[in-house]
Amino acid sequence: MSPYEEVILEHWRNPRNKGRLDAPDVDVVEANPLCGDVVRLQLRVRDGVVEDVRFDGRGCAISQAAASLLTDMIKGKPLAELKGMKDEHLLDALGGVIRTRLNCALLPLRALRKGLSSA
Amino acid sequence: MIDVKAVRADFPILERKVNGRPLVYLDSGATSQKPRQVIEAVARFYREHNANVHRGLYQLAAEATDLYEEARAKVARFIGAAPEEIVFTHGTTEALNLAAYSLGELLVGEGDEVVVTAMEHHANLIPWQQLARRKGARLVPVGVTPEGELDLGELAEAISDRTKVVAAVHVSNVLGTINPVPEIAELAHKVGAVVVVDAAQSVPHLPVSVRELGADLLAFSGHKMLGPTGIGVLWGRKELLEKLPPFLTGGEMIREVWLDRATWNDVPYKFEAGTPPVAQAVGLGAAVDYLSSLGMEEVRRHDLELTARTLEGLLERDYVTVYGPTEPEARGGVVAFNLRGIHPHDVATLLDQEGIAIRAGHHCAQPLHRLLGIPASCRVSFYVYNTPEEVDTFLSALDRVWEALG
Ligand SMILES: Cc1ncc(COP(=O)(O)O)c(C=O)c1O
Repeated sequence: MSPYEEVILEHWRNPRNKGRLDAPDVDVVEANPLCGDVVRLQLRVRDGVVEDVRFDGRGCAISQAAASLLTDMIKGKPLAELKGMKDEHLLDALGGVIRTRLNCALLPLRALRKGLSSA
Repeated sequence: MIDVKAVRADFPILERKVNGRPLVYLDSGATSQKPRQVIEAVARFYREHNANVHRGLYQLAAEATDLYEEARAKVARFIGAAPEEIVFTHGTTEALNLAAYSLGELLVGEGDEVVVTAMEHHANLIPWQQLARRKGARLVPVGVTPEGELDLGELAEAISDRTKVVAAVHVSNVLGTINPVPEIAELAHKVGAVVVVDAAQSVPHLPVSVRELGADLLAFSGHKMLGPTGIGVLWGRKELLEKLPPFLTGGEMIREVWLDRATWNDVPYKFEAGTPPVAQAVGLGAAVDYLSSLGMEEVRRHDLELTARTLEGLLERDYVTVYGPTEPEARGGVVAFNLRGIHPHDVATLLDQEGIAIRAGHHCAQPLHRLLGIPASCRVSFYVYNTPEEVDTFLSALDRVWEALG
């Protein structure tokens, strides 16, 4: 069953950085109310760099796998670089996402952008 | 018995491949596929008879008008009604908005109550919410039992002297539950309330006689019963339709117009403002002919066979939760379910890879999903062209989804 590239299945089964941070500097929740997908993203920032990150949430395999992968991608990165992060970065890293499910895949990225705009 | 092989040969879309596999279409509850008889009736109308109705004095206009009225008569016969009781709308949604608006103007005031059920499609809920807001009336929701049936005890308590309207779905598009409309109507009529039935999932699938149901207004859509999109029906008792004020206004629905006022046309034309969906009505007439030639008793039997097979297969898989009655006889041809811990959208996307089309989401029934404690569900729904083999294909594909994501 191909729209679920190995990356997605792998992150769905073994999510990275799942859980909560104590006293995070950024703490955002973003949801797709229509399907009930929820992603919470927490960052600890030191000297403009993402020192640590956690996500939590529920929903479809694509949204949760994308959230897990995103945490891996942003850890150790400067905020300035993350602000320029494009949809394609995440979608490509996921191995491509079927057209009907782009919204699910991009949910964690929307959470990140929301968090960065208030950080 | 329906000769499914012959039926399938009438539906050109079933020859299609999806993702390299033969299409297994299990979403007829959302919209049905169309037989060539319907496709050709619509095309023939445009090719040979197209004109506006009820206005031209020339041959084509007379032909178009005859075909439009012939479609009305066919639909009337199909549900045991008189032609002047059939109002053509653009679909169930418009028909229910008409019912809510016009009934509201006729008989709902401040402090009055409208009774609805917790299993309504948004189309039979939001128009009543809006009416209650507009008139200062109260919306009284009736719950669903753990078995997925309408709580009739709660309904009896909800209905009072203040009740002006009872609005209920005939067959739930999620639970599949067939609601006992005659009993609902009896309770409502005792206090003089009007009964509005959302028959979007019942008229296409069950033999329906409006007199036997005992409702006062009843709505359904052509596109769910082999007909075109853009055509629907509001049936109403003639005496009631005559009393109801119009909903949409403009051309065609009037008798005489002055600059500052107008008088209304007879029913059903009073409710058909503007140019109606003529070709679509003709297509619906052809759809009704098709269903009648199969026989609605047989259509029901066929749905039942597929529903029973599906329920059996789903209930024996311990990773599946089924919503609604477990007895196939208590249901229309609709089965909603979830796979443990897996989002319905993932299920639908993976099944699509095997050419299997199912619905996933809240199916325009958010309050019901809230009641079930789930954000969304998967749903399969059947029609005359589906086969037991397709049910088996679906069930074994479900096992592969569970292996991949469970
Ligand atoms: C029970 C029920 N009511 C109303 C509707 C709305 O029908 P339509 O979208 O054709 O107006 C549907 C179909 O989605 C339905 O299943």
